[in-house]
Amino acid sequence: MINFRLEERENKSLRRQIISPFLAVFVALIISSLFILLAGVSPIDSFKELFIGSFGSRNAIAETLSRATPMILTGLAASIAFKARFWNIGAEGQLYAGALAVTFFGTGLVELPSFIMIPFLFMVGALAGGLLLLPLVLLKNYYKVDEVVTTLLTNFIIVLLVSYLLEGPWKDPMSLGWPQGASVIDQGVLPQILSRTRLHLGFIFSIFFAILIWIIISKHLIGYQIKAVGFNPSAANHSGVPVLKTIFIVALLSGGMAGMAGVTETAGLKGYLTLDLSPGFGYAGIAVAMLAALHPLGVIASGIFLASIYVGADAMSRSMNVPTYLADVIVAITVLCVLVSLIINQYKFRFLEQNK
Amino acid sequence: MILEFFEIFFTAGFWAATIRIACPLIFATLGEVICERSGVLNLGIEGIMSLGAMVGWMSVYLGADLYSGIFIAALTGALFGLLHAIFTVYLGASQHVTGIGITMFASSVGFFSYKLILPSSTTPPKIIPFEKLEIPFLSEIPFLGEALFQHTPFTYLAFFSVIIIFWLLNSTPFGLSIKMAGENPMALEAQGIDVLLVRTVSVILGSSLMAIGGAYLTMSAFDAFYFGMINGRGWIAIALVIFAAWKPERALLGALLFAGLDAYQVRAQQLAGAFIPYQFFLMLPFFLSIVAMIIASKRTRYPKALLIPFRRGERH
Repeated sequence: MINFRLEERENKSLRRQIISPFLAVFVALIISSLFILLAGVSPIDSFKELFIGSFGSRNAIAETLSRATPMILTGLAASIAFKARFWNIGAEGQLYAGALAVTFFGTGLVELPSFIMIPFLFMVGALAGGLLLLPLVLLKNYYKVDEVVTTLLTNFIIVLLVSYLLEGPWKDPMSLGWPQGASVIDQGVLPQILSRTRLHLGFIFSIFFAILIWIIISKHLIGYQIKAVGFNPSAANHSGVPVLKTIFIVALLSGGMAGMAGVTETAGLKGYLTLDLSPGFGYAGIAVAMLAALHPLGVIASGIFLASIYVGADAMSRSMNVPTYLADVIVAITVLCVLVSLIINQYKFRFLEQNK
Repeated sequence: MILEFFEIFFTAGFWAATIRIACPLIFATLGEVICERSGVLNLGIEGIMSLGAMVGWMSVYLGADLYSGIFIAALTGALFGLLHAIFTVYLGASQHVTGIGITMFASSVGFFSYKLILPSSTTPPKIIPFEKLEIPFLSEIPFLGEALFQHTPFTYLAFFSVIIIFWLLNSTPFGLSIKMAGENPMALEAQGIDVLLVRTVSVILGSSLMAIGGAYLTMSAFDAFYFGMINGRGWIAIALVIFAAWKPERALLGALLFAGLDAYQVRAQQLAGAFIPYQFFLMLPFFLSIVAMIIASKRTRYPKALLIPFRRGERH
């Protein structure tokens, strides 16, 4: 048995912190090549196809960026929550809550000029996502019910609620039996920002929110409070940080970001609500946040990178005959590699004598 | 009409279904109990169950016999348990994030290899699953026989494993070590026992039980593997652990209670389906899991060292 001890590093160099996510991705890609080899094709050719599929043309780049849009938002949701050690694994459900809000308000109930309608839809989507989390915060605070489990379970409840609404009262009669919601009215649809592609205004919004969250967290008092609560809630409480209020704000911000991911998909990409609106964007957001080391600006880069894996894997699987699930394998391995790199950043390995 | 809702309880089919639905939850909850008792939260459960379901089924599909299928599933679970333990026990990484990472990894590896081996199957192929083993004499008792003694060997294994894990935790020195690793690891180390090793073995053991729970679905309850067939059972098991106060015997009770409600829900759906949309019945298990945790919250006492990595030679 190898015997070692982890010792806290005294100097946590900035250079190491910046290099480590790249190193983690590199190692993850090498480990993933083993799975490509299992499929009996060349990893180098596969990665080339993957890269061409995600960045190789104007349309590919637009696809990657439009896929990145909800992932940046759910990535922000995870990073805000995880900073406070509030384990919100419910971004998937909050995303659908946001999409429900868009369908409720945006398909004819409210009609406003475009420049008010679009911010209004983002607002109601964010509120829906945030409000979904609040009862769970109360359960955690007053009944000590673990938020990991409640947020995970809520995901399933919300998806079933969407299924009910789409097959029942909210079903679009024009959709010929296919369960989908009514179309968002023209004023609410997020306009295309690159002609002849699916890239829409939502992408700009996601970048805007990443910057906004970064400013809030690094310049505002609440940023300090979030870190304090995440580091040690009881110490934070003793030093006068209002812990419950902070967690409430974290929940509203985190759920709000995830809710807006539902807005960009409903009002931007599709134009209406469907049951397959999100192929797991909520869970992918956790990977995005981890790769960014929870930094809001890093989330932009890691969101685009992980989106490119998904978009590229689709193209690669068509030409190389490798199952598209390779993308999920790569993303999962990336999460695990990032975890190792975080440990290496923080600790030194000291190997001990065998006969201790 | 109201009477019909009561009559469900008087059908042997309802009780037999309860036992069938409980089995994967029993395995998974026992697995999580062992992990958490040693101080490690294992959120890899959902993915490990999914992979176990795939691997067990695939082994049989490719020619292994059913018992080898269970064994191979358990071995796969153990492997991912080892991975979880290296991260959380030896490196002290966040148990939450590692667990989610393991779930993503295990389920994607399962889906990837399923598609690799069976690239173009649209309707999932089937295996011959475990067949009913009617216990002599007992199975002929009216009502009780059909409810309790006409199940597959895999089902009996689930109940047997409750006894084994109960015995392991409460009557063996290793069980004591597991509990101490989760309550007071310093004291365990003072006894000269390797805390990290105890936790690692616990996570490996627990994870293989989770994989067996997944395999039950594809090898006993059904005969094929579907994507997303675990459908939150792992997360429900995590709620059941809390409801069961980390005790194997209560885990059995919780799983049975829960399965009973689920079996009832399916039957009530047939009676009330015309008035209440089926999605609300399907929500019930998830909703009840949250309710169960609220009910249990008054007496909830987490293992003291849960989530806290143990570092050798460090004072806490």
